[in-house]
Amino acid sequence: MFCHPTDSIRAHPVDGGGNLETVMTKDDIYAKVAATLVDALGLDDDQVTPGARLRNDLGAESIDFLDIVFRLEREFNIKIPREELFPEAILQGDPDMMQDGRVTPKGVEEIRVKMPFADLTEFQKNPTVDAINDLFTVEAITRFVQMKLDTKA
Amino acid sequence: MRWIWIDRFVDFRPGEKAVSVKNVSFAEEPFGEHFPDWPIFPAALMLEGLAQTGGILIGEARDFKEKVVLAKITSAAFTREAVAGDVLTYTATIIVLRDEGASVRGTVEVRGEKIGEAEIFFAHLDANRSGTMFGDHNFVFSGELKYLLGLARKANPRPEPEGTISAG
Repeated sequence: MFCHPTDSIRAHPVDGGGNLETVMTKDDIYAKVAATLVDALGLDDDQVTPGARLRNDLGAESIDFLDIVFRLEREFNIKIPREELFPEAILQGDPDMMQDGRVTPKGVEEIRVKMPFADLTEFQKNPTVDAINDLFTVEAITRFVQMKLDTKA
Repeated sequence: MRWIWIDRFVDFRPGEKAVSVKNVSFAEEPFGEHFPDWPIFPAALMLEGLAQTGGILIGEARDFKEKVVLAKITSAAFTREAVAGDVLTYTATIIVLRDEGASVRGTVEVRGEKIGEAEIFFAHLDANRSGTMFGDHNFVFSGELKYLLGLARKANPRPEPEGTISAG
């Protein structure tokens, strides 16, 4: 592979050995992730936006997360080990990482490590435990899938 | 009330598909109130029948190692009512079967016409958690449903894997 796939390149053969495999652009991935969420959550197409939060905007519940993981695995032919996308009890009630509903700097770092696909810019301004849910946006899931596909290639 | 909403398995292919029938009887409880002057069989109970059919299919595929719980009706659509005297045929096929859960597609037919379909998502609870959280009566396969499965298995014996030494 001589050039790194960028967002603007489509249908780029990655394997010179005659096995033509199209590289998905971020837009392609987003479109598929959106369609997956529409199926899993019974949404209208226009409800899904990049910044839409799974719980608070799209009404997802715990059982939906399992369904979403199964569908993403099938849709993108990837393996998602338990808790890799939706970690449970991410800070484990550890007083070093969370106190009085607020996330400590150590906790923020833990989240950054466990959820490299999440965008922490807004979260860092006011890191509360409740706000952790808001990290799970359609955009974040798209990034997660993109990272999985990149490591697969 | 006995919470068994299927009467008999008519086809059972382990790990793949199960077909059951439910005879709708005017004597059943729901008709008392659903609805006065318009007695129709509740769609929710057709979903329950599909869930029981699919749930047994899932449980059997994993040797009933875990408790199978109806977790989510992902989608459901019904095009006609079912009424007393109808024989409902429930067909459940496995879409995905994993350690943590499974998804099943179900259809409801009356006299060869599809009147409903649904996608049903099940969660698997391991024996430890489920024992402490829920009583036995909450689960898909009570002894009654396993009995129905037993009848189906007698009609369609599961082929032994090659090379198996039969325990006799």
